[in-house]
Amino acid sequence: MRQPTRRTPRRLLSALSAAVLLASAACGGAAGADGDTVEVGILHSLSGTMAISEVTVRDAELLAIEEINAAGGVLGRQIVPIIEDGASDQAIFAERAQKLIAQDQVATVFGGWTSASRKAMLPVFERNNALLWYPVQYEGLESSPNIFYTGATTNQQIVPALDYLREEGHTRIYLVGSDYVFPRTANQIIHAYAEANGMEIVGEEYTPLGHTEYTTLINGISDAEPDAVFNTLNGDSNVAFFTQLVSSGITAEDMPVLSVSVAEEEVAGIGPDNIAGHPVAWNYYQTTEGGANEEFVAAFQAAYGEDRVTSDPMQSAYNAVYLWAAAAEAAGSFEADAVREAAAGISLAAPEGEITIDGDTQHVFKVARIGIVQPDGTIEEVWNSGEPIEPDPYLEGYPWAADLAAG
Amino acid sequence: MHALLGQLPVGLSIGAVLLLVALGLNFTFGQMGVVNMAHGEFLMAGAYTAFVLQAWFGAQSVLVGLPVAFVVVGLMGLALERGLIRHFYGRPLDTLLLTWGVSLILQQVARDVFGAPNVDVAAPGWLAGGVDAAGVRLHYSRLFILALAVLCVLAVGWYLARSRTGRQMRAVTQNRQLAACSGIDTARVDQITFFIGSGVAGVAGVALTLIGPIGPTLGSTYIVDAFLVVVVGGLGQLRGAVLAAAVLGLLNAYAEFWSDASLAKVVVFAVIIAFLQVRPQGLFVLRSRALT
Repeated sequence: MRQPTRRTPRRLLSALSAAVLLASAACGGAAGADGDTVEVGILHSLSGTMAISEVTVRDAELLAIEEINAAGGVLGRQIVPIIEDGASDQAIFAERAQKLIAQDQVATVFGGWTSASRKAMLPVFERNNALLWYPVQYEGLESSPNIFYTGATTNQQIVPALDYLREEGHTRIYLVGSDYVFPRTANQIIHAYAEANGMEIVGEEYTPLGHTEYTTLINGISDAEPDAVFNTLNGDSNVAFFTQLVSSGITAEDMPVLSVSVAEEEVAGIGPDNIAGHPVAWNYYQTTEGGANEEFVAAFQAAYGEDRVTSDPMQSAYNAVYLWAAAAEAAGSFEADAVREAAAGISLAAPEGEITIDGDTQHVFKVARIGIVQPDGTIEEVWNSGEPIEPDPYLEGYPWAADLAAG
Repeated sequence: MHALLGQLPVGLSIGAVLLLVALGLNFTFGQMGVVNMAHGEFLMAGAYTAFVLQAWFGAQSVLVGLPVAFVVVGLMGLALERGLIRHFYGRPLDTLLLTWGVSLILQQVARDVFGAPNVDVAAPGWLAGGVDAAGVRLHYSRLFILALAVLCVLAVGWYLARSRTGRQMRAVTQNRQLAACSGIDTARVDQITFFIGSGVAGVAGVALTLIGPIGPTLGSTYIVDAFLVVVVGGLGQLRGAVLAAAVLGLLNAYAEFWSDASLAKVVVFAVIIAFLQVRPQGLFVLRSRALT
């Protein structure tokens, strides 16, 4: 039911890839392109703990592919997705990426969610000089010529979120995060920002991924009496954390919890009642105004059901397919080097607004937005950065971050 | 001192959750020796039962879900026993792989039927919030789980000690051949054991909707803890499971209080490993003259 309606039968796919192999062997033809079609890889976790998030991103990518095909394809060719399962395991991500590049000879790959999966795939793409489109906000401090980052880097999400908290008068901050690379790096940045801007970090706690017992931690937060909590918990833990926060009688008015990994999809699982009133930081919400977003939401719900929501990572993944298509059109080729060169400066009227690829960092200019979760599960924007923010993955433009970038 | 006192209900409520998820496993693994890796997915099935009932009963679906999940998930367990596991008795490694496969299938079924994202089961209004007693915050939902765990233990204890089928179950556990010789239909006892063990997992699954995420991978969050409780408590030992769950819960709460959540896990596992070095058979041991 949740599967995309149009699917290429397996046999056809293998026949296609065989044909591609033959063609490229015969004449050294363009990667992943044969006759009327061009193959692209889609590599997300369709099983395991990350499937909850990554399946929705795959859905968005398939929607974009379907739309582009309906409009005539790229360079006159229909896009054929080859879908692989990363199984929430970074080693499998690397292996499947290698398979997509070497065996299937895809033109490009859309994939990944966790930083661990991206870090595992990075050497594979660099070794083969292939292109990966990575759709999720992440901890920055990376800029590979073989990856396009269509989600936010830290200066487009975390730094604006801190600006927002400061403007709201919250200066005593408690940090809660899952115990892995993104929260730990994010919290280093937050420490540096706080020091430079007169904010105080009154506590910092990490829990293992998938942790579900938060009463002790919440008692610790209560004792520290912060003005606000900066939440970098990931995945299922957010459900337990917010449910138990409500049980403890702590409301959003007493102590707002600003989350950077909770979007519309997660709000539905947490239960809107449990998280209503708390702020979140992203670059896109389902309610973001603009014609492109209305079309995106309508198309997504038409394809996958009225009850489905759209979120920032889904939107970034959807944009990634369009950006790649535009870059290939501009290059007149599917070759990685040509696409990379043509991608610099390409703009798209995306659901989140106008976005532009920055050629130097291969990140995307985008507007930062703070939203408040509503009792009906939607997120209402209350603050935005106005202009699209230039991506700065190494925070070179922020004097207080000098030590971070060096370290 | 006050903070120390505050961790006491936290530890007990963690223990209650552990006990609930382990109680069903205590039947299937403890009594029958079946390493049922799909036990976690039975928890998940219980949670989704409450989610499905929500369409008709709204916020009361948790209460309605308790008996319904017992029957629904119990029948799932029965089907698993009848359809697959009974062909593999006496082959623990094969059973382990088999039930692990079943758990993967059940996860994928849940993903296809209910979608990959987590779903939300609204708790009844009277379970929201909590009460301050002697400066310690007690959550109503935690008290409810604690009460449910106590009730389940009493019911299971009564069943094993007093009811006819329960006594037959113990007889089969202690000496299968002798029980069969005495005219006990051991195949039927196996079925009942599996039905009850799985049903209790369903009840636990409903209770879990009050505190954590409800998604296709819910079971994998708890399966390891459930096995730990049964192993530490001693196979098939009800009082062992109760004691083990309480101790592990308190240990978790205090270790986290003094260090952090990641280190607490390490401490708990280290203590368990050390304990099993000293007492590999667990806290309590079943005395039996069966030649095993």
